[in-house]
Amino acid sequence: MLMCAVAFVLMFVDYRYDFFTNVKTKISVLTTPFYWLADIPTELAGWARESFVSRDKLQKENARLRSEALVLQSKVQKLAAVNAEVSRLRQLLNTADRNLNESVLVADLVNVSSDPARHEVVVNKGLGDGVYVGQPVLDSEGLMGQVVEVGQFNSRVLLITDVRHSVPIQVLHNGVRSVAEGSGSIDVLNLRHVAATMDIKVGDRLVSSGLGQRFPVGYPVGDVVSVTRDPGKPFADVVVRPLAKLNQSRHVLLVFTEKKLAQE
Amino acid sequence: MYLERANGNWVIFVSFAVAILLSMQQYGSFNWLAPRWIPLVLIYWVITLPHRVGIAFAWLLGLFVDLLEGSLLGQNALAMSVIAYVLLVLYQRMRMYDMWQQACVVFVLIGLYQLLCYWAFGLTGVVFNNTSFLFSALVSALLWPWVWLFLRRVTQVFEVS
Repeated sequence: MLMCAVAFVLMFVDYRYDFFTNVKTKISVLTTPFYWLADIPTELAGWARESFVSRDKLQKENARLRSEALVLQSKVQKLAAVNAEVSRLRQLLNTADRNLNESVLVADLVNVSSDPARHEVVVNKGLGDGVYVGQPVLDSEGLMGQVVEVGQFNSRVLLITDVRHSVPIQVLHNGVRSVAEGSGSIDVLNLRHVAATMDIKVGDRLVSSGLGQRFPVGYPVGDVVSVTRDPGKPFADVVVRPLAKLNQSRHVLLVFTEKKLAQE
Repeated sequence: MYLERANGNWVIFVSFAVAILLSMQQYGSFNWLAPRWIPLVLIYWVITLPHRVGIAFAWLLGLFVDLLEGSLLGQNALAMSVIAYVLLVLYQRMRMYDMWQQACVVFVLIGLYQLLCYWAFGLTGVVFNNTSFLFSALVSALLWPWVWLFLRRVTQVFEVS
């Protein structure tokens, strides 16, 4: 009984107050070895895959990567010109120049929550690397989630598909805003309060809108896969498939937003 | 005598460490079927050594699991100590049962554990209304005889008492 009571008090305090945040950060040193050990099988599998590859295959991959790099470089060149143009136009309009310089930190996934109801992953960067709570996390395809807990060597990332997560978005082609909520299923996001008359259709690309000041503007979030307009309901049902490979990516990018950079 | 006790502690801790590591492994799209290793091992030790692995032990173990999983602090602690309590009442009967009868009780206990965890999780505002957690309890119950046989062998070899 006593233990139950203490457990309830702990749950309450942990849910309501930030009291345990520092303690958790300290104790995370104790849990780190478990993440390392638990990750060994995956590491070994990855190592085996990389070590037992034929020379031929490596050469092909190398060639493919080279051509890919070339294409990306040419795109970056174009982007620089576009950037300059945008900031010139913004100056003409007398609006604040949006700084596109965001630095990123590459992190490896070390653990995924084993509870199917919680979409969380643990990455191997922590306080020592300057990771902070609320930091946006991306993979190469799109937005993945945000940091919710920072330990000494690890931090915990809440994915955008978790039921507890929402991200403010806008439709890329017309700027219509909405909020994408996690659904608890790894490949579905739902849009909240979409009026039945709103201009949104299947195939639309959604990007983060930057409202709420958590995620920077313009990171791709997902594509609309279905829009159901039921006359009996006040809002349309919009299903979105996240672009980020939430259950496949091994490497993620932690973004340091301009606001954070300015603080330092 | 002293040496034996120390040896016993060591075995218990290693078995829990292995259970924790197993529970952190990924089963891809079969994640919802993943057995609950930690309560399984806990059930074994409470039945075998009720005077050493009791409610307090279960509570501390649960707290550690909470920290590891990043869940609400105290949710696993609550669930684990409830299982330990039920078992402290039941352990003499459990010892009399054969393995499949035990497995039935294990199914109920792990179902209860999952229910408590999701219930506590639900208090934070997340509604999780499907019964898939029962499948994971079922898989755990089916694994029970093997966990039981293996851990009993371990107990005998290392003379844990």
